[in-house]
Amino acid sequence: MSGLPFTSVDELQRSLSDHSYLADRGLSTAIYLSLSLGKPLLLEGEAGVGKTEVAKTLSHLLGRDLIRLQCYEGIDASQALYEWNYSRQLIAVRAMDAADAATHVDDLFGEDFLVERPLLAAIQAGDRAVLLVDELDRADDEFEAFLLEILSEFAVTVPEIGRVASATPPAVVVTSNRTRELHDALKRRCLYHWIDHPQLDREVAIVRARAPHVSEGLARGVAEAVARLRSLDLAKLPGVAETIDWANALAFLGAEELSESLAADTLGAVVKDHEDQELVAPRLAEVVGGDG
Amino acid sequence: MVDRATRGRTPEGPLPPLIRFGRDLRRRDLSVGTGRILTFVRAVDALGLVDRDALYWAGRATLIARREDIPTFDEAFDAWYRSLRATEDLRVELDLPAPAPERDDADAGSMQDLEVQLARAAAEWHRAEDDEEVAPDEESSIRIVASGAEVLRSKSFSDLSDAERARVAALIRSLRLRVPVERTRRTRPATKGDRFDLRRTLRRSLRTQGEPFERAWRARTARRRPLVLILDISGSMAPYSRALMQFAYAAMAAGRRVETFVFGTRLTRVTRTLRTRDPDRALRDIGRQVEDWEGGTRIGESLRALLDAWSQRAALRGAVVVLCSDGLERGDPELLRAQMARLRRLAHRVIWVNPLKGSPRYEPLARGMAAALPSVDVFLSGHNLESMEELAAALEG
Repeated sequence: MSGLPFTSVDELQRSLSDHSYLADRGLSTAIYLSLSLGKPLLLEGEAGVGKTEVAKTLSHLLGRDLIRLQCYEGIDASQALYEWNYSRQLIAVRAMDAADAATHVDDLFGEDFLVERPLLAAIQAGDRAVLLVDELDRADDEFEAFLLEILSEFAVTVPEIGRVASATPPAVVVTSNRTRELHDALKRRCLYHWIDHPQLDREVAIVRARAPHVSEGLARGVAEAVARLRSLDLAKLPGVAETIDWANALAFLGAEELSESLAADTLGAVVKDHEDQELVAPRLAEVVGGDG
Repeated sequence: MVDRATRGRTPEGPLPPLIRFGRDLRRRDLSVGTGRILTFVRAVDALGLVDRDALYWAGRATLIARREDIPTFDEAFDAWYRSLRATEDLRVELDLPAPAPERDDADAGSMQDLEVQLARAAAEWHRAEDDEEVAPDEESSIRIVASGAEVLRSKSFSDLSDAERARVAALIRSLRLRVPVERTRRTRPATKGDRFDLRRTLRRSLRTQGEPFERAWRARTARRRPLVLILDISGSMAPYSRALMQFAYAAMAAGRRVETFVFGTRLTRVTRTLRTRDPDRALRDIGRQVEDWEGGTRIGESLRALLDAWSQRAALRGAVVVLCSDGLERGDPELLRAQMARLRRLAHRVIWVNPLKGSPRYEPLARGMAAALPSVDVFLSGHNLESMEELAAALEG
């Protein structure tokens, strides 16, 4: 596909890191393929490993608008695609006098009265946009089926206006936290990548890139502690987002290195479940580092 | 794209090895269809020169779509790649019938050729796909009061002969199961509802010169709650758990949101295995799958494994949970108490089926059972057909 500012996986990986997103080879390959083959990219992984960030970085890197559709329980087509501005239509109807009405009814369903929602916006923007469908697992089956239809056609028919289609489809990133399994039909349409928690060195680099004021020593201490936290039997494992939050919190308190007492004071930035905190508290010395 | 003339080639040509890889994955029970393989081939082509890493990641992104499948994929990839290296010691080369697969019209023809080739190669192993789906069983309304079954109804599962067992199994499968409904956030148009439907009201008003005479409403929809069965298959429980497996099978047929787990010393999910047409075969398969059939019991640990892996999923939240065990916990009763409390917080209703309760002298004194009871909504016996009917009723009520 033409129009992409890179011609190989390595180049893409470099420009991602220029935009402070450190992706490994697997993720870079998946993104590269998604853009070159024009297929949506489905990202799964624990919360906080940077799934949403991929789309944001991509929109900067490609110089495109980011159009975000946040899914939630009960979301339906009128919230995702388009809706008529009913109140405005009602006022317009009232303002017409009876003689006009017959001739102006069509105006009521013109673009002036159309409220564009993310999917329609993305279809109209085409390759000037990156569409992020965030946390699709929160929506229900019916919505997934509807989305599948949109993703295969990139066209919709608004009965009153006509067909809207993109000449070139937008780049699409779909994320899921796996609170439920997505349907195979949707998965078949997408490329798939599972984002793991990063290796220690990469995580240190990520913290340094995302929070430049955090010292190298602190970043490493925090990343090591988080890695040990992840090996504990926690209900909710801390993600990269938590690592960055924690490093930020510690740096804000003026810390240059992680110590047990500092960790105890700021534990809430990284362990966010009451039972988990009770589990971690007595082992804090061990988490912070063997020498205590 | 890249000049390929100077590179070595696999002796059989570029396409067969890639297709063979898809077939390898399929043989390992991953659902890899022709479409996936086509995407894989296009991906390899889009990457140009490919080394091991590139092939690996191209495959990961295109051929699988589930985290659980990654280890299987890795294994298959290693084996496959080694087989390539045996014939070719440099890089794998691709020389596709089509140039870079873009959506230009000029390429459309050759892309189709590729599809035809793939389809032909895939045809031989495609038929395996047919036996996946189970026809949705119509809800059978036969109650277990059929004549001749009266004696069987009260006989304990542990005393049944083989012939009786088969008979009882069929009767259990015919039980009618109803799971309660829950209201969802989604709404639908309704004549009587609690939410005003501005959209439809306004549409109707256009017929009457913009005067909204007819008002329209929406109501929240309801759906059946998920049913989760957690069955103990340790030694003492074997006859009962076999019977309950039939119950699980009937439950699968009653609705699509059913999850079944079995445990002894550790937890195994058997939902997929139960989804086959033949319950007896399914039970045999489970027997093979589960290594600790009739081993010991670690209820607390098994529950923790279940809750850790599944509590974030829709399957447990708001579900009706049926746990079948004698409550003779070998692990720490405190762990069991905590996990039961966790389960209680997530689920809509927790039903504990304990076949020992069928004995008139039974009292829930076992430490495990005593620890679990505070978190149990309904406590049933489940040792014979009669009590299975009670269980079916408890699900509903």
